[in-house]
Amino acid sequence: MLLGRTANGLYWMNRYIERAENMARLVDAGLRMALTRTQSASEEWNSVLLSAGSDVTFKQKYPDYTAANVSDFLLRDTSNPSSTMSSIETARNNARMVRTALTRETWESINEAWMSLKRMLARPIDERDLPNVLDAIKRETALIRGSFYGTMLRNEIFDFSQLGTYVERADNTARILDVKYYVLLPSISWVGSTLDNYQWESILRSVSAHRSYRWVYDADYKPTNIADYLILNVRMPRSLTFCYRFLAEHLKFLSDDYGERHACHATAERTQAMLRAGSIKDIFDTGLHEFLAGFIRDNTRLGDEIAQDYRFY
Amino acid sequence: MRLAAFDEMLPEVSGLRRPYSAYDRWLKEQDPARLTEKMQDAERVFRKTGITFAVYGEQEASERLIPFDIVPRIISGNEWRRLTQGIEQRVQALNAFLDDIYHRQEILRAGRVPRDLIAKNEAFLPEMIGVRPPAGVYTHIIGVDIVRISEDEFYVLEDNARTPSGVSYMLENRETMMQLFPELFQKIKVRPVENYPQLLRQSLAAVRPQGTKGAPTIAVLTPGSFNSAYFEHAFLADQMGVQLVEGQDLRVVDGHVAMRTTEGYKQIDVLYRRVDDSFLDPLTFRPDSALGIPGIMDVYRAGNITIANAPGTGIADDKAIYSYMPEIVEFYTGRKAILGNIPTWRCSEPDSLKYVLEHIHELVIKEVHGSGGYGMLVGPAATKQECEDFAKKLSAKPSNYIAQPTLALSTCPILTEKGLAPRHVDLRPYVLVSDRIQIVPGGLTRVALKEGSLVVNSSQGGGTKDTWVLDD
Repeated sequence: MLLGRTANGLYWMNRYIERAENMARLVDAGLRMALTRTQSASEEWNSVLLSAGSDVTFKQKYPDYTAANVSDFLLRDTSNPSSTMSSIETARNNARMVRTALTRETWESINEAWMSLKRMLARPIDERDLPNVLDAIKRETALIRGSFYGTMLRNEIFDFSQLGTYVERADNTARILDVKYYVLLPSISWVGSTLDNYQWESILRSVSAHRSYRWVYDADYKPTNIADYLILNVRMPRSLTFCYRFLAEHLKFLSDDYGERHACHATAERTQAMLRAGSIKDIFDTGLHEFLAGFIRDNTRLGDEIAQDYRFY
Repeated sequence: MRLAAFDEMLPEVSGLRRPYSAYDRWLKEQDPARLTEKMQDAERVFRKTGITFAVYGEQEASERLIPFDIVPRIISGNEWRRLTQGIEQRVQALNAFLDDIYHRQEILRAGRVPRDLIAKNEAFLPEMIGVRPPAGVYTHIIGVDIVRISEDEFYVLEDNARTPSGVSYMLENRETMMQLFPELFQKIKVRPVENYPQLLRQSLAAVRPQGTKGAPTIAVLTPGSFNSAYFEHAFLADQMGVQLVEGQDLRVVDGHVAMRTTEGYKQIDVLYRRVDDSFLDPLTFRPDSALGIPGIMDVYRAGNITIANAPGTGIADDKAIYSYMPEIVEFYTGRKAILGNIPTWRCSEPDSLKYVLEHIHELVIKEVHGSGGYGMLVGPAATKQECEDFAKKLSAKPSNYIAQPTLALSTCPILTEKGLAPRHVDLRPYVLVSDRIQIVPGGLTRVALKEGSLVVNSSQGGGTKDTWVLDD
């Protein structure tokens, strides 16, 4: 038996852990691009902010796009509710709230991540330290994930946690893809061409897939291949298809356990079927942006339905 | 003014006391540098586990550790047996008193306790008149604060009959000591405290409502994760294997209290609440309370839920009632109190007030409804100005205060940078009441870390120690 409020806490705890890490990964990709392509550094930072969905609030606070400003805003600014620091703090508050549902190892890893990041992000980050800080963030979230997978019982607590992780991850991947394609592919006629553009790498980097991409496709960055990888690949752990495989699976565990299906089950299965049947050609034919916008909308609805069906509030 | 205090390890007159002899032998073999290291280890363990408490009104340091001292406070089996007899008697009397006060009020009729003291007391809940809680138990969990003055003199400082806290520290302190010094526990036979959560669960299950079908569903009610004692609430729920709920999770469904789960509403039979009376039911008490459950008092009066501790138990541990405890114990148990009270002046009485005002620099003066060491004056430690200011407050509302002599609380050594140094301590053993009374052998020893200080409260610079009851 699980309290609705506890399910809610687990769900959001995991969304925010995922988000804390995603922010670091976005900054990482931006940093890399800014270093290799000196001329358009500020453009790259702009697109990082667009991917993070925080361009508007950034502009209200900071005069220009620099590594220092963007990383400050995305990593340590507590007035930005999605910054790594805010995310890890929210994750920990949720973890505190659902503490009785977590193993000691899981709670301690979250608490320690919070303590060490709070210390590390207390002062503005020196640009020379930025790579270390990013590594530390990824390491802390990896430790949380490790102790979580290593020690948690695979029950409803686990299911609600995973739902949070994959809803957030799917949202993040879809947004990155949407923003980057907008910026990088001004005309549909470019689709299919082999692109001589370092920036394509940044898409893959921001989902930590720049190496694995080469294992699956050839070394050239093709828009269709990148989109195929991030949307339809079944084995790529941040692809939309991968996320929905697990969303559907954990929702099924819940309906089997409770003996009751809800609206969220139908929504998740519909999206999963759509992804399974889709080909990358169809997606480009209907328009990638339209496809992704629709996906993000459905994904958000799934989150709302989960909250309602399982009495989060 | 420095008080000559009785040291529980090394009293000045007689040298090392027996309960400490094995520990002392061990201690002498230790490398001081290693001990200092262990002390830091302990702090790391506490911080990592998140055993913190929130300090109200301090933004930055909003989560703090209660300092932990690694020198145990040791009580012999014999001393413990005497203490438990006294505690049992007192706890019986407290429950009998509560039952009487909310029913026939024999003790008022007999004139042993003034009627006004009850009727005009905020801790007295008229809503509880005529209500008999399941199994007849009012105060299920009690933390009796005890101080020691000499080899043979123990006094009760306070009866915490509402929602005593700190038991998680008793458990975590032991856990930490066993991690740091496993060899000590092989050498010295210390009675275990680890089964407290199981005892608590059994005890709560035993006082379930009469109509409960099957095993009762138990839950711990917390005001939420921003409460100063939240760690303890979560800890106890976790250790007992029951749900930790907030007011927002609960509602009254079909005459029962139920919690909102992912599968709908589920009935609760026993609620171990860590929320104050006045927040419990916005329909009965504070209408602005968001922490409670509208209508829970109706369910309670219908006998469909056990609330532990029962609403209205505050009338038994009120500081104004405290001074009548010797009479109360004798009235209900027919015997003199085994554990004494500290002599107390009730400032509401003109003669006492006069005495207190004349001797203000010698006395400890407390607010009747205060807690946590706030709003009190320790005369001998206060400046002349502080005494004069306090005297004004006292004269303005005498019935709000009681006064006690400044006792030379016993000391126990703590480990400082310069080696062992004595500090004042008190003791809070935890008592569980159901169809029987159980006292876990141990408790929470609070220690005033500042040299000479008598205030042991964690909110005022107090620390804690592991408390050993020897199996001898």
